Amino acid sequence: MTSTPRTALDTVTHAAGTPDAGQPWAELGLKQDEYERIREILGRRPTGAELAMYSVMWSEHCSYKSSKAHLKQFGEKAPESDALLVGIGENAGVVDIGQDYAVTFKVESHNHPSYVEPYQGAATGIGGIVRDILAMGARPVAVMDPLRFGAADHPDTKRVLPGVVAGVGGYGNCLGLPNIGGEVVFDACYQGNPLVNALCVGVMKHEDIHLAQASGTGNKVVLYGARTGGDGIGGVSVLASETFEETDPEKGPAKRPAVQVGDPFQEKLLIECTLEIFNERLVAGIQDLGGAGLSCATSELASAGSGGMRVELDTVPLRDSSLSPEEILMSESQERMCAVVEPDKVGRFLEICEKWDVTATVIGEVTEGDRLEIYWHGEQIVDVPPRTVAHEGPVYHRPYERPSWQDALQADDAAALPRPATGEELRAATLALLASPNQAAKSWITDQYDRYVLGNTVLAQPEDGGMVRVDEESGLGVAIATDGNGRYAKLDPYTGAQLALAESYRNVAATGARPLAVTDCLNFGSPEDTSAMWQFAEACRGLADACRALGTPVTGGNVSLYNQTGDAAIHPTPVVGVLGVIDDVARRTPIAFAEQGQLLYLLGETREELGGSAWSQVAHGHLGGLPPAVDLERERLLAEILISASRDGMIDAAHDLSDGGLIQALAESCLKGGNGARVVVPDGLSPFVFLFSESQGRALVAVPRSEEVRFNDMCGARGLPVARIGVVDGEEIEVQGQFSVPLRELREAHEATLPGLFGAPR
Amino acid sequence: MARVVVDVMLKPEILDPQGQAVQRALPRLGFDGIEGVRQGKRFELEVAEPVTDEALARIHELAGTFLANTVIENYTVRVEEGAAA
Repeated sequence: MTSTPRTALDTVTHAAGTPDAGQPWAELGLKQDEYERIREILGRRPTGAELAMYSVMWSEHCSYKSSKAHLKQFGEKAPESDALLVGIGENAGVVDIGQDYAVTFKVESHNHPSYVEPYQGAATGIGGIVRDILAMGARPVAVMDPLRFGAADHPDTKRVLPGVVAGVGGYGNCLGLPNIGGEVVFDACYQGNPLVNALCVGVMKHEDIHLAQASGTGNKVVLYGARTGGDGIGGVSVLASETFEETDPEKGPAKRPAVQVGDPFQEKLLIECTLEIFNERLVAGIQDLGGAGLSCATSELASAGSGGMRVELDTVPLRDSSLSPEEILMSESQERMCAVVEPDKVGRFLEICEKWDVTATVIGEVTEGDRLEIYWHGEQIVDVPPRTVAHEGPVYHRPYERPSWQDALQADDAAALPRPATGEELRAATLALLASPNQAAKSWITDQYDRYVLGNTVLAQPEDGGMVRVDEESGLGVAIATDGNGRYAKLDPYTGAQLALAESYRNVAATGARPLAVTDCLNFGSPEDTSAMWQFAEACRGLADACRALGTPVTGGNVSLYNQTGDAAIHPTPVVGVLGVIDDVARRTPIAFAEQGQLLYLLGETREELGGSAWSQVAHGHLGGLPPAVDLERERLLAEILISASRDGMIDAAHDLSDGGLIQALAESCLKGGNGARVVVPDGLSPFVFLFSESQGRALVAVPRSEEVRFNDMCGARGLPVARIGVVDGEEIEVQGQFSVPLRELREAHEATLPGLFGAPR
Repeated sequence: MARVVVDVMLKPEILDPQGQAVQRALPRLGFDGIEGVRQGKRFELEVAEPVTDEALARIHELAGTFLANTVIENYTVRVEEGAAA
């Protein structure tokens, strides 16, 4: 290997001898007091390599320094749960689903990279979350993508969306993982800050759980997977933490965004190779390389383990031999993993890697003591206590304040907006709603994803939740839904976060699965903005309280801050993923009204709740008032009814009611099943409120006539208000006394929007 | 008529999975001694009018906005030998 001669390698000895040498800590994103603290920890100035590590690991993205103080609640308020095997803090949480199976799932953001380079940003987002799941010991079995874009008709959305969708599909399809759901939301607030979140779920047996820790003196540290190149150097601190507008051209090219390019075929090899290694019980600890690359993997492994670690950095296989040690430490080259392996198992480990054509190299070993030491051609360039890098970074209690405009926003009640009054107007409002980009069919997007590969997908978009079979014999399966309504959260972040959980929970229950656990991706504006920080604090408090009330602990997730351009932050957007378990996927409940003559029941209560509603956005471009009230006890009861009814065969279809209200759910279920419906407006409700209100804790179900009495008895006995509102019938949706729309016309309105906006898929 | 060639290559620090796949295949096929492979794209543009500075500037613009993704790729523009400038 050729190495370019380095005139001044900044060794530990050199650093100790030159305390006053100037260092580019500010350019690397560190604050003065953070730099001082590093000097204090080390008792000298850091070397260049140490500075690189601290700067990237103490960035917002890696250290959670602004969010940590609030995230604590997810642990403190966590409900008792027998199902939780591994909680917050590992690569992903692990949940017991019975029959000796465990599942691990997590949602993460890849927002800013996807704005810079939509295809690769979204693709590597999938790659990263898949490796997180793999690192827990699980075989990844499905992915989901909650996406948020700017206005649907904005020219830049035409650049970002097709690229993101192609990237998600390109990477996921090449890996052979089904994409079973997610969301697509358009709102002008996401114009310069699209949200690309990615969720992955994996399955394993209980004994297969692996943790990210380096223990056992003398154990070898093996880096395997792709070679290290100059990808995304400083990407974590630069891409994830700052907007370009803030970039100071004086600071030079260090701030230039460097994009990572993924290789899904390499990742597929990495998955199969790693699973074979797990199967032979060859690793003592394992960590994937994501943001902050080797800096993160080595410090986190050493920090979580019992000993120290010594790494020979010049042994790292490189794609570009001119990389400096600092760059190698910060590189975010994709498709890499780091394992801790007992010495007598290294041979077999390397053999398996060779079989899969995966480059693997012993780069160091676990040592006695508690230091992380990194050497470059025999000279020591890093000597740090790993905990100070990985787990004991700065914690900020950022000031926050309820924004002055919040009261005016809440006072601007949507109830005052002019409403459709006649049947003709209601009909027009229905078609306008269903054709609007947010409420329109998303098949233009989801058709680009492979939803059924592996042969275990039983529910995928546009169902309420994705569902995959875990065990072929018993039919055991898991369902996952992700939801988050930024409009609700903007009106009231505390309630908005609870509503995100409530909807996701309800969606899982509507499929017939029992909700067990939560993962969340908290997308917010700048923590240095007191209003955005208040939204974040309120959303955390709301979500933690709601998780306790529903008995579903948060198992892990991700925070994405700085989704802000200038003073304009995105809507606070907590995206909540709920995982549920179903004993037999054959008992699942789809949304489609498949059989004429079945009875339609509306479960729950409808009030006049229009604040933040889809109707107020579509008809009036309005956002104001209060979001719908949340009643978690009611959600729990509704979920129990939906699960019992599914298990006992009392319902043949169920669709949760959320944005767009009853008419949205009714239309989707009719279109999916290819059957019409006749509904009657219940006494005491105006037709408009009945159709468009977004009251929570509701679902629409189709009950076979033979089950009507049993179903009614069950709801009555448990105290859930239900109303029979109609019947599956004909080829049109008829709201009696108001209007009717043929399914054909409805379908055209609902399905033509996205193809019209984005043309032929790439 | 003149020919203008636009060569598009991934930036040197960007991973090139296609180039790597080719490189990995070489020894298997008995071709030794190749240390690295990078794969790019070549566009040949047939230009109707003589290639003036102005026309070249337009081609630079189209190359930078359409032919190359300048976030991850570099490009070069050159007029093919024999073409009148």
